[in-house]
Formats: sequence, structure tokens, C-alpha cells
Amino acid sequence: MRSDRPPRRWGMLALYVGSGAVLVFLIVPILIIIPMSFGSALSLEFPPRSLSLQWYVKYFTTPAWLRATGTSFQVALGTMILATALGTLAAFGLVRRRFVGRDLLLALILSPLIIPGIVIAVAIYLVFARVHLVGSPLGLVLAHTVLALPLVVVNVAATLQGFDESVERAAMSLGAGPIRTFRYVTFPLIRPGIVAGALFAFMASFDEVIVAIFLSGRTATTLPKRMWDSVLLETDPTIAAISTMLIILAMLVLVLPTLGRGRSTS
Amino acid sequence: MRAALRPWAAVAPATLFLLVVFAIPIVMVLALSFSGPQVGVQHYARIVTTPVYSRVFANTLQIALGVTLVSLVLAYPLAYVLSILGTRTSIVLLGLVILPWFTSLLVRSFAWMVLLGQNGVINRALLSMGVIGRPLPLLYSAFGVYVGMVHILLPYMVLALYSVMRGIDRDLLRAAQSAGAPPWRAFLHVYLPLSLPGVAAGSLLVFVMASGFYVTPALLGGPRQTMIAQLITSEINEAVNWEFGAALATVLLLVTLAGLAVFNRFLGMDRFLGRRA
Repeated sequence: MRSDRPPRRWGMLALYVGSGAVLVFLIVPILIIIPMSFGSALSLEFPPRSLSLQWYVKYFTTPAWLRATGTSFQVALGTMILATALGTLAAFGLVRRRFVGRDLLLALILSPLIIPGIVIAVAIYLVFARVHLVGSPLGLVLAHTVLALPLVVVNVAATLQGFDESVERAAMSLGAGPIRTFRYVTFPLIRPGIVAGALFAFMASFDEVIVAIFLSGRTATTLPKRMWDSVLLETDPTIAAISTMLIILAMLVLVLPTLGRGRSTS
Repeated sequence: MRAALRPWAAVAPATLFLLVVFAIPIVMVLALSFSGPQVGVQHYARIVTTPVYSRVFANTLQIALGVTLVSLVLAYPLAYVLSILGTRTSIVLLGLVILPWFTSLLVRSFAWMVLLGQNGVINRALLSMGVIGRPLPLLYSAFGVYVGMVHILLPYMVLALYSVMRGIDRDLLRAAQSAGAPPWRAFLHVYLPLSLPGVAAGSLLVFVMASGFYVTPALLGGPRQTMIAQLITSEINEAVNWEFGAALATVLLLVTLAGLAVFNRFLGMDRFLGRRA
């Protein structure tokens, strides 16, 4: 046994170094954008020779960028509300009941996770083009809800799995009606799943490019669609500033639910 | 809740919504792909008989397969290390996997444009160190597409492997070794087979997602790395040939559904709801 100790230790070392390298590969490209966005030169450079906020100023003073951001917030909020309402309700039905067609319905709800965005975008575009929903925020909300719905269902279902239904029966046997039971017993217990699902739905819409490329038209350009148009032409450093803000938003959204969970348990 | 919520009442709104905004449009794409000047399989015949199109399909499958293999090789050791570390360390390190996964795909592809370009971070660094005499063609190449796509899909593979590896009882490895198996044999005959469900789930997921990629190959690849999704977009938006675009989309959809069917057959959709099938 003793003889295989040194090679094993070397093996573990190689494993740790290799894993570290993969982690660096994953995180560095994202982090490197942040200092570059504060550069003062006319093009992106790393490391920046001196710092400035010029690209942030450009973003906040360009009406087209701000308009696109506004559209994105509007669409993402709409998607979040619609997907959370439909998805939470559906998760209840899927987790708590066995019924004919349940597996088929589950496949239908989850399939947008895996069917390529381009197929969904084309299909919805072909229909929406006929009913004047191209170039409207409403069209984008409806399409993004298809993509966001499985995220809500998965998150809410995960909290419902570990849910003890007898607390609901206890509330009801003490005289609470179904609505009061949901409001005061069920909802507080599954809130982490609903909050996480809602945040995922928001981000899924806010970052979505492919559907937006088809459905934005000229009148409902979202932020990712405008970034896409810009990136296709040139590497505009303004994109680095916007990217930095999007990365920080992603960090916040990742950390927020855990903070909320901490609060509800304390 | 029991009495108040009939099963169909709870799932009806989502079902109705998905039928109207998702399922029916997909069926309309299928129908459209068989129409055009005349009803029939003409568009499919054109895909099969035109070398340009079959090459794009071959490209797509080749890139998707390559990206899956590279992701698997990179993710396996990382997921293993994450699964054996203490809870606190592994949560922090998992954060480093999840943050990129949660960051916009467009932002990540843009980051790679900045890193890989002619005047990009990597070329400038290598030039200033004197490693190379002139910039390497990293961007708009197969290399760019592979790096970008692996970067974007790797977290899925890591998470799929990690969720299975965390449940593997490592005492089995110790038992195999105390019975005389050298570590590599214990790994090959005990650990690897137990981790295969994660390998299958991760690989299938990454392969299926990779075959539908649009943004990353469009930004990081050259004309020779054109993938199906780019072809579909140009047929619909530029050539305005909806029927042919619909046929291309149908073929891509079939590839995806085949993957989904395999997944469901071996692993079960219930996995997504947090239950072991």
C-alpha cells in the first residue's frame, strides 16, 4: 500500500491543477471584460493603460441604447409575471397529481429547454408575422414566456417535492379556506422556489437573443438584439461596458435568492 | 388545496398557452416544409442533393460531436474534484461554474471575440512576449467556434456529472483497492460505470444544444464553420424562402427530438423535477 502513495499524491495534484485550469478557462473570459470596459483608449485593451468611464457615459447618453434597455426591462418583467403565474400553477398540478397525459404534458412544458431556440423562434415568427405581433413587446413577452415557463416549473416543482402536505390539511381543518391556506401556509413554504423561478424567467428573457432577432422588428428592439446588431459590425467598446453591467446583474440575481432564503429562515 | 385544485385546472392555463404559442406554430412549420410551389418533399430532396446544404449538416454534427467530447474531457475531472471537496469549498467553486452559465451567451461570445481577435488580448500578449511573429488566426476559425461553444456548454456538462458523482459511494473505491485493485482499475471498473448516467445525460444535453447553436458560430466562426441554425436564419430573413427554411428547421428539430427520446428512454423526464426516475 505504501508504495502507491507517492504516485497517487502526484495524481491528485495533477487532478487539482487540471480542474483549476478548467475553472480559470470558465471564469477568466468573463472577468477580463470588466477592467477592459473602464479603458480610456479608443479601442479595447488589456490591461487598460488608464481608466475612464467613457463607454459608460456613451451608453447612458445614447438614446438608442437606453430605449433598447427599456424595452428589455418591459419584456422581461412581462415574461416574469406571465411565466411565474402559469408555471407555478402547472407545477402544482404536475407534482401533486397523476392524471392521463401527465408525462406528455411534462414533455411539452420542458421541451423548450432543449429544442433549439432557432426552431422556436422561426415557428413563432411565422405565426406572429400573420397576426401583427412582430415588432411589439407583447409578441416578445409571449415568445419569451414559452422559453421561461420550464425554468419556473422546474424551480417550483423542486420545492414542492419536499413539501409536507399535512400542514395544509392542518390549516384547513383549523378552519382556513383554500385561499387563506395558500396565502399563509403554502406560499411562504414554497416561496424560495417561486422567487428563484421568477428570477430565472426574468434573466432568460433579458438575455435572450435569437427570438429577439426575429420578433424585434423595427419597433421593439431589445438590448441583446441591439448588441447583436452592433457586434456583427464592429467590436464597439460600449458593448464591454454593457457586458460588465450584465455580468454584475447575473451575479446579483444569483446571490439574491440565497439572501432571501437566509432571511426567511432567521 | 386538494379539493380546490383539480389537476387539469392547475395545468390547463399553461397547457393552453403552450399549445397556442408553441405547439401549433411548430406543427405549422412542419406543414409549411411540405408545401411551397407544390405539395411534397421537394425541399427535403433539395437538402439531400445540394452539396452545400449537406456540408452544413455534416459541419454541424461534427462541431456538436467535437464540442461534446472536449466538454466531457474537461468536465469529468473538474466534476470529480468538486464532488470530493468539502461542502463549503465546493459551493464556492460551483459558483465559478454557475456564474458563467448564468451570464448572457452574447456577452460570453463577445468576450471571446475580444480575446481571440487579430488585435485581441491573446495575440497581443503572445506578440509582446515574442512567442509569435504575427497574429494567429484564432477568431473566425474552427478554433474560435470550439473554444466559444465549449466555454458556453461546459457548465451543463459539469453540473450533470457533478449531480451523479455526488451520489457515488466512495467506500466502494476503497473496497476495490483493499481487495487488491490498483487505483486505475478501481476507477475503471467501479467508479466509471457508476458515473455513466451523468456522462450520458451531460453528453446528450450538450450535443443536442450544440447542434442548434447560432450566436456563437456566427460571431466566432468563418464561412467554413456555418451551422444549420445560421442557414435557417439566412433562408428566412435574407432569402425569404420560408418553406425551405421550415424544412431545414424540421430536420434540426428531428435531430433534437431523437436526442430527447433517447434521454427520456434511459433517464426519464422526471429527473427535471428533482426526482430520481
